[in-house]
This record gives sequence, C-alpha cells and structure tokens, in this order.
Amino acid sequence: MSKSDALPLQDKTAFFPSGNTFADAAQRRQEGDHGIGVRRRKIDGADKATGRTKYADDLRFPGMLHAKLKRSIKAHARLVDVDVSAALAIPGVFAIITGKDLPEKYGIIPWTKDETALAVDDVKYVGDAIAAVAAVDEETANAAVKAIKVTYEDLPAVLDTDTAKTTGDTPETKVNPFAKRGNITKGVKLAFGDVDENLKACADGGAVVDEDFTFQGTTHAPIEPHCAIGLFDERKHLTVYTATQTPHYVHRDLAAVLDLPESHVRVIQPPVGGGFGGKSEPFTLEFVVGKLAMITGRPVKLLYTREEVFYAHRGRHPMKMHYTVGADKTGRLRAVKSDIDIDGGAYASFGMITAYYAGQLLTGPVAFDSYAFNATRYYTNKPACGPKRGHGSVQPRFAFEIALDMIAAQLKMDPIELRKRNFAGQDVTLINGQHMNSSGLLQCLDAVKNASGWDERYGKMPRGRGLGIACSMYISGTNYPIYPNEMPQSGVQVKLDRSGRVTIFSGASDIGQGPGSALAVIAMEELGVEMGDIQVVLSDSDLTPVDLGAYSSRVTLMMGHAALEACRTLREKLQSAVAAAWECTPDDVLLGHGQAWHREDTGKRMSSREAFVLAEGRFGTLGATGGYRTQERGGDYRGGTIGASPAYSATAHIAEVQVDEATGRIDIQKIWVAHDCGKALNPIIVEGQIEGSTYMGAAEVSLENMLYGPHAPLGATPGPEHTRAGMLMGPSLLDYRIPTTLDTPAIEALIVEQADRNGPYGLKEAGEGPLHSSIPAVANAVYDAVGVRLTHLPFTPATVRAALKAQAASTGTSNTNTNTNNTNIKAAE
Amino acid sequence: MGQKKTALITLSVNGQTHEVAAAQHHTLCEVLRYQLDLTGTKQGCDKGDCGACTVLVDGAPVLSCLTMACAVDGEVTTIEGLSQGGTLDPVQDAFDACGALQCGFCQPGMMLSARALLDEKPAPSIDEIRDALSGNLCRCTGYTKILEAVLLAAAGGEDAQAAYDRMRRHALATTAFPAEPRGGGLRIIDTTSEGGAA
Repeated sequence: MSKSDALPLQDKTAFFPSGNTFADAAQRRQEGDHGIGVRRRKIDGADKATGRTKYADDLRFPGMLHAKLKRSIKAHARLVDVDVSAALAIPGVFAIITGKDLPEKYGIIPWTKDETALAVDDVKYVGDAIAAVAAVDEETANAAVKAIKVTYEDLPAVLDTDTAKTTGDTPETKVNPFAKRGNITKGVKLAFGDVDENLKACADGGAVVDEDFTFQGTTHAPIEPHCAIGLFDERKHLTVYTATQTPHYVHRDLAAVLDLPESHVRVIQPPVGGGFGGKSEPFTLEFVVGKLAMITGRPVKLLYTREEVFYAHRGRHPMKMHYTVGADKTGRLRAVKSDIDIDGGAYASFGMITAYYAGQLLTGPVAFDSYAFNATRYYTNKPACGPKRGHGSVQPRFAFEIALDMIAAQLKMDPIELRKRNFAGQDVTLINGQHMNSSGLLQCLDAVKNASGWDERYGKMPRGRGLGIACSMYISGTNYPIYPNEMPQSGVQVKLDRSGRVTIFSGASDIGQGPGSALAVIAMEELGVEMGDIQVVLSDSDLTPVDLGAYSSRVTLMMGHAALEACRTLREKLQSAVAAAWECTPDDVLLGHGQAWHREDTGKRMSSREAFVLAEGRFGTLGATGGYRTQERGGDYRGGTIGASPAYSATAHIAEVQVDEATGRIDIQKIWVAHDCGKALNPIIVEGQIEGSTYMGAAEVSLENMLYGPHAPLGATPGPEHTRAGMLMGPSLLDYRIPTTLDTPAIEALIVEQADRNGPYGLKEAGEGPLHSSIPAVANAVYDAVGVRLTHLPFTPATVRAALKAQAASTGTSNTNTNTNNTNIKAAE
Repeated sequence: MGQKKTALITLSVNGQTHEVAAAQHHTLCEVLRYQLDLTGTKQGCDKGDCGACTVLVDGAPVLSCLTMACAVDGEVTTIEGLSQGGTLDPVQDAFDACGALQCGFCQPGMMLSARALLDEKPAPSIDEIRDALSGNLCRCTGYTKILEAVLLAAAGGEDAQAAYDRMRRHALATTAFPAEPRGGGLRIIDTTSEGGAA
C-alpha cells in the first residue's frame, strides 16, 4: 500500500520537530529495520504465549475473601425491604452491604452522575445490583446471596423507546429520576445549512432517499469477565486491582464514593482480557470490593459470572433511525436529515456523548452541503448501553451508507464513484465545524476496489452472489478530557541509566491493543535501543503518570505524543554527550540498533550502553517526562466540541456475500478492508485491529442481538407471556452468538498511510474505525446479490426470506437467475 | 460450608504428580487455577461455551470447567506445560510471531486446541484448523492471525518470524494458499490480481 514517503513534506517538521530524523531513519534503515513501521513481535508476546500474564482474576492475596452480588429479578420495582439477617448468620460470611452503605452517586460523565453501586430506593432492570456479600469463599457467598430476602413493589417497566416517549411524567413510570423531562437522558438537535432548500435542488433529475433503519442492541462480550480486588491497610490506603479500560476515572470515583482522599487510593490495572468499550467506566464491583475491604480489613475479590457481564453491558445502543438523503443529478450530496431514537437502558453511562456522536461523526469522509439531525436518548428498564467499539456512530453510518447505495442505484452511478465525488477532501473544515487534516479515503476506496475485482464483478455475478461497498471515518481520540481540566491527557516518564536499560512508565491501559509495544518502538526509534533493553510499566496510579484510558481510540496518538516528547529530551542528551566525546555536532550522532555512530565517519561507533554512561556522567541522573496537552478544537456552538478530534481515520470495506434464497441465510464470503491509520508503528498490530474490528462488525449483521422478554402494554394486566418482562434472553456465550472460526468470513486487511500532522509520526487510530462500514457493506452486497434492500438489523434468515417474498410479489415473478431487475424493496420488519 | 465433601485426589499435571484435597464438585479448572496456581488456564464462562479453559488430557482437548477434578484420569497438559526448558512450543512461537495474541485471554485454550490438532494431523488444511478451533471463542482477532499462526506452526522446525515474513512476502507476489470458496475455507492472504475468491 502507500508508503511512508507519502508523508506530506510541508508537515515534515511537525512529525520530526528536531529536524533530522528523516535522514537518520533513511541511513539507519540501510542497516536493517529498526524502530517504527516494522513487523515485529509484541513486547509482552512471550508472556501471553506462555500463560504467564496475570489478569485480575489470576491474582490472590493471603486471607482474601470472595464477594457476590444479589441482583434484581424485576425490571422496575421499588425496594420495600432488603433483609440480610439470615444471610449474615451463615458461618463464613464476613460482611453484607446494601445501597444504604454506598449512597453516593457516580457516573463516567460528570454531568450525568445517575447511578449508585447498589440500588438504594428502586431497581431499574433485571440484574440491577442490590446487595453484596463478602465471605470466606465463593460458595459461601453464593449461599448468603440466596438467603437475602428482597421485597419488591412492582412498577411499570419501560422497555423500548416508543414507550419511553410517552412515559416518565409520573414517578412510577420514570426509569431514572435523573431524567429532568420524561424518560429522556439527552436530546440533541443541530442543523447546518438549509436542508429543505438543498432538497429542492435534488428534485430535477437527482435522487432522494427517505427511509427507516433499525440497529439492534449488541454487546462487547470480552472473553475475560470483569474482576476487581480491593485491599485496605492500616494507613487507610485503598488499593484496587481491576480489569478496566479507564483506571483514572475509576480512581476518581472510588475516592468520591468511598469518601477517601484521592491520594489514599491506588488503582492498578492488570492486563485486560478484552474490553471493546465494555470496561470503560466505573462498575459496581470496584466500589463493592473497596467498601468490603474497608469493612473487613481483608482483601476482597469480586469476579463477575458470564451472566453478570451481560448485565454490566454498556453495549451498542439500539437505534431507530429515519434518514432523508438527497443528491442532485451530478451525484453531489446536497442534504442529509436524520431523526434518531436511542434506547439507552437504565443509566446514562456515556449516553450524553452518544446522542451527539449519533449526529456529529457522520460529517466525513463523505461530505454534504446541508445537515440536520435530531437524536434523543431515552432511559429504559434494561441494562445500560454505552460505548461499544465505534461508539454512537456505527448505527448512523449503517443507515447513511445504505442510503448512498440507494442513491447510486437511482442515479445509475457506480457507488464507489459516488463516494469519490463527494469526498470531503483534506485539510478541510467539515460542515459541523470540525477540522479534518488528512483523509486517505480515496486510497482506501481504490485499495478495496482493486483487491476485490470490483470493476469486473460488481453487478455482474450470478443472482445470489454480490459485492457491496461502504466507507467511514473515526476519531483518533476525543479532543477533550471527560472532566474539564488543563492538565495533560496522557503522561509518560522515561528513565534510563548506566546499565543500558530504558524503563518507560505510562498510565495507558493495555486491553490487548498493545500500548506497551507502541511505547517500546517509539523508544527504539528515538533512542536507538533494542527492544530487549526496554521495560514498560503500565497503569499503576502509584507508579505511572496519568493517562485517561483506553477509549475513543485515543491512546496511541496521545500517549505517543507524550512518549515522543520524553524520548526526544533524552535523545538530545545522548547525542550531545556522544558528540562531546567525538568532538562533533549532536546532529552528526545517529542512534539505532543498540548503537550510536557518526553520520559520516562510520568508524566511530559505540553501544547504547556506552552512550548512556557518557550522558549520565555529563548530565547526571537521566529521566524525562512528556505529556499530551489538549488543544482547542471543534465548532463554535453548544456541542461543537463533541466529535472534535486531533485526527480522523478513513476506512473502506467491500463485502462479498452469497445469499441462499431457500433458507434466507447470508453467507459473508469475504471482506476486503482498507484503513488509513496515518502511520503503522507495527503493521502486524494494525492489521490485527483492522481484522478484529471488521469481524466484530460482521458479527452484528445477523448473529448478535440483545433480546429481552416482552412486557405487557402499560396499564394492561400482564399475561403468562410477560413473566420474563425485561429479562435478557440467554445471557450466555451460547445464546448470545459471537462468531466462531466457522462463522467468520475471510478478511483481507490493507493498510493505507495518509499521515496527519497532529499524530506522532503522522499516526491515527486503527481500533474502531474499521468496524463501521463492514455492516453496510454487507447490506449493500445483499442488494447486489438478490436485489432486496435490507435496512433493519439483524438480517436474520426470516428477515431475508420476507424481503425476498415481498420482492417476488411486487415484481410478479419468481426469483430468476438475473441481476438486472433490482428494485428497492424494504424488508419487512 | 459444613456439608462439603472433600476427597484427596491425585492429578498428573505437566509431568508432575500432585495430591490435592478437592471438594468433589470442584472442576479441573478450579483446582488448576486456585489450588495448583496454574492460572494460565482461563475461566471465561464457566459453562463450556467459550473454550478459554481448554486443557489437554492425554493429548485431547477438554473443557476443564466442565470436567470434575476427581474424574480426571490421565496426564493433564496446561499452557504452562507447553513450553519446555524456556523454549516456546512452535504453536506458542507462531502465535507470538503472527500477532495472534491481542488481549491473550482466550489464547491458552486456543493454543492447546491447536497443539492437539497438530499432534494428530501435522499438516492440516484451513478447514481442519477452523473445525479444530471452532470451540474456542476469540473476541479480538477475527481469527485471521490465529489461522495464520497454526499454519505457520504446522510448517514447523524453522524460525517462526522468518517463516512468517517469507509467507507475507510471498503473498504479495502470488497466492500464498490455494483459493477455496468458503464453507469451503479461507484464503488467508489473498492477491489482488485475480479479483478475489469468486
């Protein structure tokens, strides 16, 4: 794919402020690959391969107790009584706490603190935590949980957005009392340009799509369940080990809820066994182990069962969307208008941001002349939704990219050409006021087009087989920290000494994406040391500087900047110490391959260790810090900063499907995906992110769905079919079907590098963007295959069959073996 | 709890014999993790759905979360027993080299399933690999690099990184693996010139 020499030259100094690294790199690479851009093993690869890596549940402490939670069996009820007396009497039970013991409200977004660790007055969904037990072992804790008697007073359950819209005006039907109006978490209405006027311009030979879309709820399902361990000592210091993506926010909320000074709280995040957004805010378990450790004076562990992981949720929001998209006869996109109902579940989580992202993240890489969106997130009596990989923008992207395919069909234009014509461009301010420096969209489109044989095969294959295209973009970090402050969003400390060892301290969270490996290759690139001489210490609030967490694809960009700053300070010292010894200028000293050498006099060489010794002698103890600071970005209006990012990635997917018309089964044969990540520090890791994202998107097409038992209409008497109202159907990895090796399509990941001046080395995100367009690409491929337009996820066999039946009825013919009679027929819901 | 029935059981794990006092209802997964401190064996669901707890008993993969510790009759191999004397098993080496390890949580079980397959069938097809690993869920990788790693381990006997690099280079020029329609199978690394897997 495109090479690193695609770096725009005018931005050169931005990538390499100290000037001569291009020359360094070029010369150094003549001696073999070193530093960034090289396919190499992860720094912790051997630990993971041998099973040596210690995840949270692998840790044990002397005298450790085990905690378990009593959870609600009601979707919505008042807590009349929680009787723990029988449970407390069980031998081996050390302590039991209820909502009254942890009444302080918390929430990831400072403006929507609307949850407590344990329910205080009412329960809001089946699975809401009510009480916690600490006992000598898990079995005793489970027995005690069973012995807790809860008396409920039933309240009406609100399980969908249509019901939520008409309720919440009485205390009985209010899901969460935090809602000021009805059951609304947040409503966002923004308009840019005159949509109606622009739509008129689409009348004369243009195309207008006016369509409903549905996106179902899905969840992260990391293979590691949530787990936390609390320890409290005589100095009144609390230590919490937790499988989280956001240890810093957990730290702040632990201090607030447990009423401890932040300086007395230590949060350690062991390597996390998968997150995907599902562990990116404080959860009940962290507060519970903290409180129980404080009460009992013993270490306390709480490991969620798989079922409880489903209740913790914070997964993809179900959305009902209506889109109006208009293009003029040249294919220029003139207007986009959306109305979106967002089903939020019982708590706000990141929901305020979700409502904004549902509109704000659609404005590139394909541009349009006017835009209006109206997105409302409602509270419902279900596990709270939150940020799943591609937070808030996967659902609108699904709708919009199908609408583009429909416009292309109406205009008889190649859908890739339609997207290219509407490419927003680079160094542009998008319609919502947010600035996109770089975008490799065109290269991405060409890459998947060529790789898939698009021109020879699109629209030309036998009925049943089809190709579909879609594209997207994503943020490389949300621009602003979650709580407003002037401090760095990511800090890095680097220490080196006479041993030749480099130790890097960073608060970044490793959830499998490999921040330790990223730090190591940056140190290799800047300090010239070998991987084997680097040690990385991650995410321990006593040892490492603050990093805000692994969310919004921010880590590599922000942590990378911090690491670059620290390493460059030290590099200058190394170069000048060696230069003094060689009596040359620091610029003549090159570092790489565990050595320092003279730019011209190649006879002058020394090892990195010798260079460290010289530098430590000259400058004293060697250490440096770096930080990534927030810069002002975004549109100048309320909400204009949400969705602002230092850099935006670009992605294009082409999916190839085979539709079995007899069964309605969609077999995704292969997905080609090209992703512009700016610069790949390690292409293997970037490919892994692209492949994993694409897989996770493809899984949402037909397999994954959060299904709940139905409730009776409000006011009606519940019947036998409503006994499971609000209960998650099958909270297990058997019933919630994530793909196996047999269900996953072949994925070909192609890396595009369109450098961005705001990223270290030009890099941008790779972990979330490549999920988005995999889903509409499949939908569009189904249209190419059989001519039915599926707009309501998930695309189950029944949905596909119903659409095919409707198609046959409307064309008056049975399905024939041609691909010429495509018509826009919406699938029955 | 007073009614627990505990029995003394003998387990042979990674070539070492252990006598363990275990409650009769305790699973092999629990005994390995909590009594023998072999925490490389992971618990992902505790009900046989995810495969993270897979270990080998006499070379065959079993779900240790569904296996009673007292019922184990055979030599148990966990991920800790796969590498010998500080040298990675070719499967472990290939998983590392190919970038198949992201969060790594499912991988001990995945690698043991792969080991069992390769012991039985040293040169498996893509379909056979897919079948053998279909009981091990991974949420990070999309399986692509895992399948590559097993193919690489099957090649065997050479430095994994070098073999992997050669495989990638080869892929740029030609088709690395024969194209098969899926269901069917996977083209691990595809070329662009022929227009895909039509």
